[in-house]
Amino acid sequence: MLYVPDRAIAEDVAQETWLGVLEGLPRFEGRAALKTWIFRILTNRAKTRGQRESRSIPFSTFWDPEAEPAEPAVPAERFGAPDDPASPGHWALQPTAWNEMPEERFLARETLAQVQRAIEALPPSQREVITLRDLDGWTAEEVCNALELSETNQRVLLHRARAKVRRALESYFEEGK
Amino acid sequence: MGVTALTCRELVELVTDYLEGSLPPTERARFESHLEGCDNCRRYLDQMRQTIHLMGCLSEESLEPQVKTDLLKIFRDWKKR
Repeated sequence: MLYVPDRAIAEDVAQETWLGVLEGLPRFEGRAALKTWIFRILTNRAKTRGQRESRSIPFSTFWDPEAEPAEPAVPAERFGAPDDPASPGHWALQPTAWNEMPEERFLARETLAQVQRAIEALPPSQREVITLRDLDGWTAEEVCNALELSETNQRVLLHRARAKVRRALESYFEEGK
Repeated sequence: MGVTALTCRELVELVTDYLEGSLPPTERARFESHLEGCDNCRRYLDQMRQTIHLMGCLSEESLEPQVKTDLLKIFRDWKKR
């Protein structure tokens, strides 16, 4: 969904990729991990398709670390002000212990749906990185290779994405109290 | 030169670097010594670990039935060739 405008096209691309994988498998030389190889077929097809729909944008333009404003992992107002003599920069509004809540609630379907929604709401570059890393279990190195990202940028995207998903969960748990 | 202690606000920005194992040793030591004395930041780090754990539970997101049928059809047609 990063390279094409809508879900129907994305599904088309997924089908083309599947076919491309079936056709290409006999020529697969094992130089890259199989999943990286499949991912390349997928992104190449998506980019080609995206160009045809004239919507293709290179990954890097989704995210320019220089151009983006800083995104604190936790809003500044959660901490004491820097000039607060009692606790400068320390938690003013404290995080709660999630492991004290009943497991049924923590692992409930609705909790997972909240996580899913939070991920879907992320900017595309953050969504891509967090999906590959935390849902699909790719290593940082695999993600850097597949998305042509530097290690640092991969980490920044992951950091911002995880912080937002945590925040979404936190407000969901707070609401339900 | 004395090492200044991290504030909580600084620590939360280093959590990913910490979990990724990419903090230099001195930074890692600062991070861990702050954690030792700060229940709130330990709780924050736990929350982050739990968030990651929950995302791992999502990975088996199932395909919509129609999509699955389409993909299987492509596979069967391809095999016939």
